Amino acid sequence: MHGLIFRTVEAFVSDAFGTGSWQDAVAIAGLEVSAFEAMLQYDPAYFPRLLDGCAEALDRPRSVILEDIGAYLITHQNHASVRRLMRFGGDTYSELLHSLDELPGRTRLAVSGLELPQINIREPIPHQFVVTCHGDPAGFGHVLVGLLRAMADDYGTLAVLEHRGVRDAAEVIEVAVVEAAFSEDRGFMLADRAEDALT
Amino acid sequence: MITALDLLAQLRPLHVCVGRTGHIRQVGHSLAKLGAGDLTGLRFLEAFEVLRPAQPSGMVGLRSLAGQVLRLRLRAEPGMILRALVVDDGAGGVILDLSFGIAVIEAVQRFGLTARDFAASDLAVELLFLQEAKSSAMAASFSLNARLDGARLAAETEAMTDGLTGLHNRRALDGALGRLGQSDTHFAVLQMDLDRFKPVNDTLGHAAGDAVLRRVASILRAQTRQDDLVVRTGGDEFLVVCPGLTDHARLDQLSRSLIHDLSQPVDYEGMQVQIGVSIGIAQSASTPKVTPEGVIERADIALYAAKRAGRGRYRLWTEDMGHSLTELAAPQEPAQA
Repeated sequence: MHGLIFRTVEAFVSDAFGTGSWQDAVAIAGLEVSAFEAMLQYDPAYFPRLLDGCAEALDRPRSVILEDIGAYLITHQNHASVRRLMRFGGDTYSELLHSLDELPGRTRLAVSGLELPQINIREPIPHQFVVTCHGDPAGFGHVLVGLLRAMADDYGTLAVLEHRGVRDAAEVIEVAVVEAAFSEDRGFMLADRAEDALT
Repeated sequence: MITALDLLAQLRPLHVCVGRTGHIRQVGHSLAKLGAGDLTGLRFLEAFEVLRPAQPSGMVGLRSLAGQVLRLRLRAEPGMILRALVVDDGAGGVILDLSFGIAVIEAVQRFGLTARDFAASDLAVELLFLQEAKSSAMAASFSLNARLDGARLAAETEAMTDGLTGLHNRRALDGALGRLGQSDTHFAVLQMDLDRFKPVNDTLGHAAGDAVLRRVASILRAQTRQDDLVVRTGGDEFLVVCPGLTDHARLDQLSRSLIHDLSQPVDYEGMQVQIGVSIGIAQSASTPKVTPEGVIERADIALYAAKRAGRGRYRLWTEDMGHSLTELAAPQEPAQA
């Protein structure tokens, strides 16, 4: 499993709760490593154990932690490049949602070996979207909820997102776009230079 | 049915239509952003310079390039090479469909282009995404490499260093001797053995022994030059390699001064501690040439001779001391470490 995933969890826990909490989480998880490198591969079995360790150390459900990680990736200054790479998905929030099925492919382009679940997107009723995530890593839907919620703010769009659990082995997310231009768009120029690393 | 010109305007944001007179009749909406302003009405060859495959001087020449891909540039932006497919419009003029090629990244930065400035079918935005993603991933990779390299250097230094005194260890000595063996640099070796060190360890404990060894290290560092290699080769054995030092008078002076400083009594937790040192010296400058290991062995022999003469002495190896420690030591007890 790609180190970038583990490194993101580590960065989130350390930045948001302090390195002490991270050390607790690793100790509870009982992993052989205490710090992760973004550009190395790790045993996939570490991932659920690490999440359980974080849940216990931070005293909150895994789903909440995953959702916060999604938001953290978009809003934290250390990960400005993730926000920019997401903004390449479309000029508006609805375009971004419609480009989500390209996200795993785009992610592979960015970092080969970083596999995300297959994502499907439908808009059965205008402005009412259904996003499904199929495959590993399980729980990615929660990360996506946090990420898309933060991206809605980024576009200045008012949207309501909800993780509806697992249906037919796929995580289901519902997104209602209430108002496209609700607040100020943070803006996006193609030409900005990426100065920050992915981690 | 949509007209050809309208179709071009909608599909190709970087096209140029040139009439039979050689004047620009229509341009795509993105061309105006490239720093040359509105080009319509200008003579094409005054606005653009065609570089390859030929430099046409008029419409006849330009039309003869139909079907080919040109390299050209805006005269107002000579730094940016564009490419363009030339199509004969069948009415005496040509249509050129321009693209940035690999210069797209630079063009986007320079002119603040947006996704709308490219045709919907154009992969320019994907190229930009890839460029940005690649930079981020490379940065992460570089930072990992930098950390690994730092760890490697630290491990290497640690492997070459004696943990207690911070002096070099035998591994570092072997490396240095290997390098000296390859070069023509003459050098001297001072082989040192502390006197009365064992009683310090035995009566005052290892902490006292360690403090004494650290003091020895700091005296050795203070008395030697930057390029000298100071090594702790064993428990109470030290060695200094002095590249380029061949002057006997200076070796005498260095040895006397080391013996003097190391024999000074020091306080350890209210108790007086006094050790001493014996020194054997050998030099590489001799014929026939000796190996660095041979020089070390001669220094060992000289050290043995110094100890036999009494404590706190130094001896420079001479031919009459012999070449082998074993034959020298045979009649008596071997030199104690």
